[in-house]
Amino acid sequence: MIHMKDVRKVYESSNTLALDQVNITVEDGEFVFLVGPSGSGKTTIMKLITGEIRPTSGEIIVNDFDMTKIKRRKLPKMRRTLGVVFQDYRLIENMTVYDNVAFAMRVVGAANKDIKKRVPYILELVGLEGREKRMPNELSGGEQQRVAIARALVNNPRMIVADEPTGNLDPVRSLELMLLFEKINEMGTTVVVVTHEKELVNAFSKRVITIDGGNLISDGMDGYYSYEIE
Amino acid sequence: MGITAMRLSRYGYLIREGFRSITTHGFMSFASVTIMMACLIIMGSFSLISVNIDSLIKDLENENEMVAYVDESIADEAEAASLQSSIEAVPNVASVEFVSRTEAMDNFMSQYDSDFSVGIDEEVFRHRFVIQLADIALMSDTKAALESVDGIAKVLAHLEYASFFVTVRNIVSVVSLVLIVILVFVSVFIMSNTIKLTTFGRREEIAIMKMVGASNGFIRLPFVVEGLVLGILGGGLAYVAEWGIYTLISSKLVSGLAGSFISIVPFSTMAMPLLAVYMGTGILVGAFGGVNAIRNYLKV
Repeated sequence: MIHMKDVRKVYESSNTLALDQVNITVEDGEFVFLVGPSGSGKTTIMKLITGEIRPTSGEIIVNDFDMTKIKRRKLPKMRRTLGVVFQDYRLIENMTVYDNVAFAMRVVGAANKDIKKRVPYILELVGLEGREKRMPNELSGGEQQRVAIARALVNNPRMIVADEPTGNLDPVRSLELMLLFEKINEMGTTVVVVTHEKELVNAFSKRVITIDGGNLISDGMDGYYSYEIE
Repeated sequence: MGITAMRLSRYGYLIREGFRSITTHGFMSFASVTIMMACLIIMGSFSLISVNIDSLIKDLENENEMVAYVDESIADEAEAASLQSSIEAVPNVASVEFVSRTEAMDNFMSQYDSDFSVGIDEEVFRHRFVIQLADIALMSDTKAALESVDGIAKVLAHLEYASFFVTVRNIVSVVSLVLIVILVFVSVFIMSNTIKLTTFGRREEIAIMKMVGASNGFIRLPFVVEGLVLGILGGGLAYVAEWGIYTLISSKLVSGLAGSFISIVPFSTMAMPLLAVYMGTGILVGAFGGVNAIRNYLKV
C-alpha cells in the first residue's frame, strides 16, 4: 500500500522542484502504471517509496511505514516488504543466476534449507528453470530482467516496484515481462510499474497515474495512456 | 533452535564471504598485507631502536654514581657504616655501598703509581658511601636530601652528566612516540584506502544489498572479516620479518666492533610484547580499515 498526501520534493543542491503537492494512493493488490516523460518526477516518486530520499513536505506511508519519520535503522525492515526491479537489472556479475536470487534471501537471514526450496520455485515461476548455473552475461536481456524479478519476488514482498523494467528490451520481451508482472499481481502482490512506453501501457487495462513537471496530471482506470507526452 | 541455526548459517555465510573476497581480489589483498607489513616493520624497528637506546642509557646511568662523604668527626668505621640505613631511607636511592677510608686509600693506590702515593696517610681519606639512583632525573633533589642526613659532610654528584642522559632519553622517547603514532595513522589510512579500492568495485553489490533490505551490520561484516584477516596476516608476517632482521643485525653488531662497547637487548626478552603489539595493531587497523572503507556506501 502506498499513501502519498501533499508530497513536495525540492532538491536543495540544485534548487529543483521535482514534485509539487502530489496525492497518490495505491491499495494492496492493485496493478498500477506510473507514467510520464523523462524528468517528470517518476524516479523521484520511486526513490521516495524505497526510502532513498525524503520528501520536503507532505506525508508518505509505504506498507504501513511512515517514510517521513522512518529511522535509518528501520529502513532495511521496510525494504524487505518491497521488491525493486531496475531498468539495468542490477545483477551481481560474478554470481550465478541461483546465487543472485539466493543472495536476497541470505540478506534477510533465511536458513539454507529454505533457500534451497524457495529459489528453484521462484526461478520456475519466472520461466528460468534450467538456467540456475548460468552467469548473468550468458543470458539475454529479457532473461536477466527475469532474474531481477525473481530476486525481487523471492522474499515474498507485499509490493513490487519496477522502474522502467522494459527499457532495455524489445517489444516482444517487454510484453512477456508485463504478462509476468500481471501473473505476479494475480497471485496477490501489489505491482507498480514506472514506464514511458505508451503502447505497452495501452496493451493492458490497468490503472494509469500520469506525472509531468512534478504534478499529478491524471489518475484513472481507463487502462490507456491518456496524456500525450511532448 | 530454528532461529539459532538461521543465525549460524547467516554468520557462516558472511564470514565465508569475507574470506572469498580476499581470494577474489587477490592483488589488492596482497597489496594490503605488504603495506601493512612495511608500516609495522618500520614502526617496530623504531621501537626496537628506542628500546636499545634506552637500555644503553640505563647502563650509562648505572655507571653515573654519587659519592656521599662521611663527616670527619666520625672516625670510627662502625659508626660511619651505621649511617647506611639513613642513606637507604632517602627516596630514589637504589643501592648503597659503604667504602671505608682504608678501602678508599687502597683503591686510590691501585689507580696511581706508588711514587705518587708514597707518604699519603689513610687519615687523608674519609669514609664514604657509593650510591646508585633509581632515576637520575631526580639527582639534584636526592643530592640535597643526602646532604641533610646527619653525619654526611658532602655529596659528590655529576649533575651535568645526569642532565645530559635525561635529555637524550626524553628526546628518544618523544621521537619514537611521534613516529609510532604517525605510522599507525599511515597504516590505517593506507589499509582503509586499499580496502576502499576493493569496495569501489563492489559498490553496485552494496547498493543491491541495501535495496533488498540488508542491514548495515550484514553488509559490513564481510568487510570487517576481510580487514581482520588481512591485518592478522600483515601483523604476523611483519613480526616474523622483524624477528629475522633484528636477529641478523644484532648478531652482526655483536660480532663486529660495536659489540665491544654496546650490549644489544635480546629479541627473546621483547618477543611476547612485540607479538601482542603487532597482532593488536594488525587487528585494529584491519577492522577499522574495513569499517571505514564502506562507511560512505552505507548512507543510502
